[in-house]
Amino acid sequence: MLPGEFEYRRVTSVEEAVSLLAENEEAKLLAGGHSLLPMMKLHFAAPSMLVDIGGIQDLAFTKQDGDSLVVGSMTTHAHIAASDTVGAEHGALAEAAASIGDVQVRNRGTIGGSLAHADPAADYGAAVLALDAQIDLVGPNGERSVDAANFFCGFLSTSMEPAELITAIRFSDTGDATSVYEKFAQPASGFAIVGVAAKITKQDNCCVAARIAATGISDRPIRLPAVEETLVGAELDDNVIATAAEQADASLTNVRVDMYAAEDYRRHLLRVMVRRAAVRAAS
Amino acid sequence: MTAPTAPKFIGSPVRRKEDPRLITGKATYTDDVVLPNMAHVALVRSPEAHARIVSIDSTVAMEMPGVVAVYTGTDLQDALAPLPCVHSIENLKEPAHPAVAPEIVRYAGDGVAVVVADTAAAAEDAARQVHVEYERLPVVVDVVEATTADSDLVHTDMGTNIAFTSVTDVGDVDSAFEKADVVIKQRLVNQRQIPMAMEPRAVVADYDAGYDKLTIWSSTQVPHFVRLLIAAVCGHPENRVRVIAPEVGGGFGSKLNFYAEEAIVAYVSKALCRPAKWNGRRTEDILATIHGRDQICDLEIAADNSGNLLGVRADLYQDLGAYHQLLTPVIPGLTVGMLPGCYVLKNLHVTLHGVFTNKTPTDAYRGAGRPEATFIIERAMDLIARATDMDPVDVRRLNFPASDEFPFTTVTGMEYDSGNYQATLDSLLEKVDYDSLRSDQERRRKADELVGVGLSTYVEVCGMGPSAAMTAGGWEACELEVRRTGGVIVKTGISPHGQGEETTFAQIVADGLGMTPDDVEVLHGDTDITEQGIGTFGSRGQAVGGAALSLCVQTIREKARRIAGHLLEASETDIVFEEGKLFPKGVPAKALEFQEIVDAAYVANALPPEIEPGLSATHFFDPPNFTFPFGAHLAVVAIDKETGKVNIERYVAVDDCGRIINPMIVAGQLHGGIAQGIAQALYEEAIYDDNGQLSTGSLMDYAVPKAAWIPTFELGHTETLTPVNPLGAKGVGEAGTIASSAAVINAVVDALSPFGVAHLDMPASPQNVWRAIKGGL
Repeated sequence: MLPGEFEYRRVTSVEEAVSLLAENEEAKLLAGGHSLLPMMKLHFAAPSMLVDIGGIQDLAFTKQDGDSLVVGSMTTHAHIAASDTVGAEHGALAEAAASIGDVQVRNRGTIGGSLAHADPAADYGAAVLALDAQIDLVGPNGERSVDAANFFCGFLSTSMEPAELITAIRFSDTGDATSVYEKFAQPASGFAIVGVAAKITKQDNCCVAARIAATGISDRPIRLPAVEETLVGAELDDNVIATAAEQADASLTNVRVDMYAAEDYRRHLLRVMVRRAAVRAAS
Repeated sequence: MTAPTAPKFIGSPVRRKEDPRLITGKATYTDDVVLPNMAHVALVRSPEAHARIVSIDSTVAMEMPGVVAVYTGTDLQDALAPLPCVHSIENLKEPAHPAVAPEIVRYAGDGVAVVVADTAAAAEDAARQVHVEYERLPVVVDVVEATTADSDLVHTDMGTNIAFTSVTDVGDVDSAFEKADVVIKQRLVNQRQIPMAMEPRAVVADYDAGYDKLTIWSSTQVPHFVRLLIAAVCGHPENRVRVIAPEVGGGFGSKLNFYAEEAIVAYVSKALCRPAKWNGRRTEDILATIHGRDQICDLEIAADNSGNLLGVRADLYQDLGAYHQLLTPVIPGLTVGMLPGCYVLKNLHVTLHGVFTNKTPTDAYRGAGRPEATFIIERAMDLIARATDMDPVDVRRLNFPASDEFPFTTVTGMEYDSGNYQATLDSLLEKVDYDSLRSDQERRRKADELVGVGLSTYVEVCGMGPSAAMTAGGWEACELEVRRTGGVIVKTGISPHGQGEETTFAQIVADGLGMTPDDVEVLHGDTDITEQGIGTFGSRGQAVGGAALSLCVQTIREKARRIAGHLLEASETDIVFEEGKLFPKGVPAKALEFQEIVDAAYVANALPPEIEPGLSATHFFDPPNFTFPFGAHLAVVAIDKETGKVNIERYVAVDDCGRIINPMIVAGQLHGGIAQGIAQALYEEAIYDDNGQLSTGSLMDYAVPKAAWIPTFELGHTETLTPVNPLGAKGVGEAGTIASSAAVINAVVDALSPFGVAHLDMPASPQNVWRAIKGGL
């Protein structure tokens, strides 16, 4: 199917993009186009204007800023997956990026576009929660930064204001932590039926910090505090991790259900993926 | 005549002549056909599975820029005859299938109105503004419930959803079951599949008023059928219809049909006197192109304690969808015909129910009825093995006919042409080292792994087919013309769309006339070039089309020898034709080049009166029987116990498709075919909800496997020639699909047998496997 009519504007600066968004209520940002364009073709979205930010050169980068890793919003999944800067310190992010879609999607799709779209089964959601990322936004009222924990508001919904765009995602120093991403993919779409990011810090074999987050399981990516609490302070072995993983869905309500995973199976997969992620992050 | 010299090209992995244009983007598909002043057609399709059309308001659409016309079903019902179904089923109920529904829509996707505009975008935008008011009618989804007396009806005036019931009863089934030591009952489901050719269907029509001639480009496997049916449905004389199947991006049977859009676009072009195009979108193609399979089999098997198959009873329910498409009711008949598989079965009782539901019509999909049969009988073999505590290999071997029993006539009346089922199985077992495979499985089971080995020994009916057994003819036509400069043109009635006959036919000619495949051009898919033909389906390209070609090669060889005999003043029976040279037997020094014969044939000033000028031949070949390729496949799977995910560790196949013209193309056909069967076994399932809405209506929901999920195939062959055609070729287009679903599921069930699992329906998705494990724990 073909999308309806729309105006197309290709901008070269963030300011220009923000002002077009502010002036046109029905305008949408076009980043990699891998979520928005299919929705337009299916007429689930019909923006009056597309503001293409693909021409803004300085939004595509990964760099160290002091102890932090900063990833520009227009950085592609393929770039993040292949980046040594990302992989060395933030394995969960690199692994999440590498698990997205297929080669074509990874070469076009961007981290900013994916986060802003907020598909409840998208892979980055779990990674940014587990890695405690900050999301830098620019809008008509200037710049601000939002914790990943406060970013996702529900199904395809974020705390971004209508005329805001994501400029970068910041990941603080992970210290001695190891982070990984485990995914069980829906075979047709490649999205996560369940995806789990785990970041674990050990001293000797004792877990001193743990952040575990999951995507695909609810209407938004979520942290799993019960698992984290069980892990922190424990001597890490497979049994301890297995016990912790059993907590993964204990307080969970509002579990996503689809043709590929009924509620019981999805809860089960969550426990399995949490255990696998934690075992790998702890090893 | 003397036989051609030892083949140089037949049997060689000659690279496909088709590939350079395909892989460099230079091929022309239907959507690439762009004509001056061409209009674009979009269809308004029903969102309802079953409803009465109360009103259609196209006022807004007609006022939109670029919109030329809007036609409803009522507007078209006098101009277009109902869509045809070809069959020979007694007492078949055949409700009219209008190209555009005038009053009742019967599946989600049924056409309601046709919008014509100057651009595709304008047509699609306007189609969204055609306002249709529907009054919902009860929806029929469950095929078994649909057969009950109080079911809601798809076609109310029929009074039933059952289009036909046919009973096959041979031998003495009741006493077979009485004598049996083992009786097994099992429901087996062949779930609905979406063919998903890479190229969605598309049609272009160009009406030339000066010649009163309709030219149709269509993404079809059967251009000659389309020519005939355009004539029948649109009422245009067949001798002023030309159908072109340009490059066709896959069909798998889904383009072995005649579709509403072909008639609609032809009508639009004629009505507006301008070219018109419809290009199906993926989501539209998923709804409006036929689906495959969708069959439920309630099976009862009788066997003795030694594993001998004594009798089979089956109730087969075929979900026809909402209407008969071209061959819809014929497909499950192939399941019945091939139900005995490659085993000696004397007692069979099958009741086949063809049932309408409010879904997209089903029809031929790669294998067309035979994958269903293989799945049933190969599951049955494993169920017998389980019940008698025998190895599945031994049960199969025990029930094979011996190699000296061919031709072997089955209980369903099929005459298997030639075969040696033990040989393919032996070759397979040797290839995999079956005993060590089983001991390795035992060792891994002890280490708590879920590992399974599955077999599928299959036979299929191909090379379709003898006209006596085909409702619309089963011959194939071919013309061979040697051009003045020695190059050859082959015009074939088959319509390849991935099968590689531009290459394999060139190999056949090259060997026959002593040239190279590069000297031969194979033309197809244009009814003004190849005037007669049937098309490509049912693994018939080589076995029927190739056979017609080899008759032409023989005729050319004979004429060349007559001319040579005349020029060399020798008896033609003494002329040897070898490697492009013709000479009297024993006197190669006097040899004439084939080119000299060509010159003599066309200059014609030295030909005697009894030899006509020119060097060309035309033949129709009608095979005396079908062909019956066969083979043995084996899958090794490992299952992730926690997630239920199946991993195919090995896939090994030994196939016998008769004469192999090009082993690389045969391997390619098997690779794609096996992958398609694996897709049914593990991934693909078209799901309708209770309202008749297709829940798997896009590639985000319908899981076509990616290349990386498919294992490396280990292939082997035996070569048992068929006596039914001069090439000895049986066909290979469907073999992989027919065999592989059963092999994979047998392996999955074998892996799950420690949990007491006796059967698992397809697809063996992670969730389904997990449930089976959980149920068995």
